[in-house]
Amino acid sequence: MCTEGELMMAAGAVRRVVTAWMSIGLPWGVSKVMRHHVESGTVVLEEWSHLAFGLRFRAAAMGVPFLPALTMLGSDLMSVGGMKTLQDPYTGETLAAVPALFPDVALLHVSRADRFGNCQIDGYPHMDADMARAATTVIVTTEELVTEDEIRRRPDRTVIPGFLVDALVLQPFGAYPHEVWGRYHADFEHFATYTADIDARGVTTAVGDYLARYVHAPATFEEYLELFGGEQLKRAQDAAKDLVPGL
Amino acid sequence: MSGAVTPSELLAVMGSRQLSDDTTVFAGVGVPLLAAALAQQRHAPRLTMVIEGGIIGPQIRPGRLPVSTNEMRAAHRAQMLPGITDTFLFAQRGFLDYGFMGGAQIDQYGNINTSVVGTDYWKPKVRLPGTGGANDIASLCREVIILTAHEKRRFVPRVDFVTSPGWLGGSDARRRAGLLFGGVSRVVTTLGVFGFEPATRRMRIEATHPGVTTEQIRENTGFPLGEAERVTVTEPPSDDELSMLRALDPERRFLG
Repeated sequence: MCTEGELMMAAGAVRRVVTAWMSIGLPWGVSKVMRHHVESGTVVLEEWSHLAFGLRFRAAAMGVPFLPALTMLGSDLMSVGGMKTLQDPYTGETLAAVPALFPDVALLHVSRADRFGNCQIDGYPHMDADMARAATTVIVTTEELVTEDEIRRRPDRTVIPGFLVDALVLQPFGAYPHEVWGRYHADFEHFATYTADIDARGVTTAVGDYLARYVHAPATFEEYLELFGGEQLKRAQDAAKDLVPGL
Repeated sequence: MSGAVTPSELLAVMGSRQLSDDTTVFAGVGVPLLAAALAQQRHAPRLTMVIEGGIIGPQIRPGRLPVSTNEMRAAHRAQMLPGITDTFLFAQRGFLDYGFMGGAQIDQYGNINTSVVGTDYWKPKVRLPGTGGANDIASLCREVIILTAHEKRRFVPRVDFVTSPGWLGGSDARRRAGLLFGGVSRVVTTLGVFGFEPATRRMRIEATHPGVTTEQIRENTGFPLGEAERVTVTEPPSDDELSMLRALDPERRFLG
């Protein structure tokens, strides 16, 4: 959970966040936006360990109510989300019973897809395949729209089959200012400017202005990208080519 | 070697020495990853790093340190990108020799808090980023090594919230909770190296860094510390270690 979580908090769009960790990243410190909203009680932050969080989607993806696991046991995290334990029926050992999580909607961004919604992801696949299976409605944005033949040429690369996908949107740079593997590097300067403004002017003013400028003002995604400028986007692409040559 | 050794440099060097070759380490971003990268460059070329964004076996490029667990710099020359859940399941299956992590607050049993300051989770005095994969690393790696600055406010008798389990309440509490293997073996700090008394699982002094006394350590610790039978003194960071480390982080993003 990163800047988008902060923006949703600041916009008053969330009351409860369920995640494993929340910050932009180590160099930017503890999120002041999260602290502001969680410490004042306007947003509840419910944390699960990263594996348990992943297993919640995995259980849902498998269509089972929970999965046994060996993590989170004995820690205070167990009571936060109300995780229960069970006795292994074979050995009697205590196991975590990680409950399935079925989201109403999953919003995912992929490297390429065909018009039927068959999706391929380059680089790290994160939890996206499980999330797509777990969610009731799946909305995918894609960097590139390819032909059906191109997907059929490399079916081993497909991680989300089209029959899971409810809507597909072609949107190059759809993850920006975050990265997409081999295509563009994250814009760390942008995060530095954003957090510096929060430090200087406070959460409400700084993030309020950010939302106005980057979320509400642009009429289209292209107008949003113009705020960063073609040169910056080109630099981000060049950095990705340097980091993942030959993709 | 020019320039005094900073606390983070000392931590990274002392941490790197804990890792042996031909092993696997689950490393958190920041000083733990720096320490693992230093070990890989210096004495453990076949050290397999595992990073929680879903990255197995990267070779971190000097000057290209990742700031996040899922960014391309963290995956440089990686051997496998298995997805986040499956990455952690390698640890649950017992394949991770070391877990290498930091911590905001630590107690005498090696439990770590990175969630909240204050006694009510739902009304925190200070909300911290949370567990991320820290709980899983602490629960599932065969041996957990904690790297942290040594300050009295961090070293408390009992953490406000157990985000990541050390030895929980001591003795066999960890095993009784259902954690079948693992546990904190070492705490490496800016003052020394600490282990745990085998029966009680209470933290004890095992080594002091050069120029540091056990009295100084006790003054900076919020709970009583025992001592190993023989408390040793660590070797100071060598020129070789420091130059390799500084080349890894020339912008001094993590070295301070």
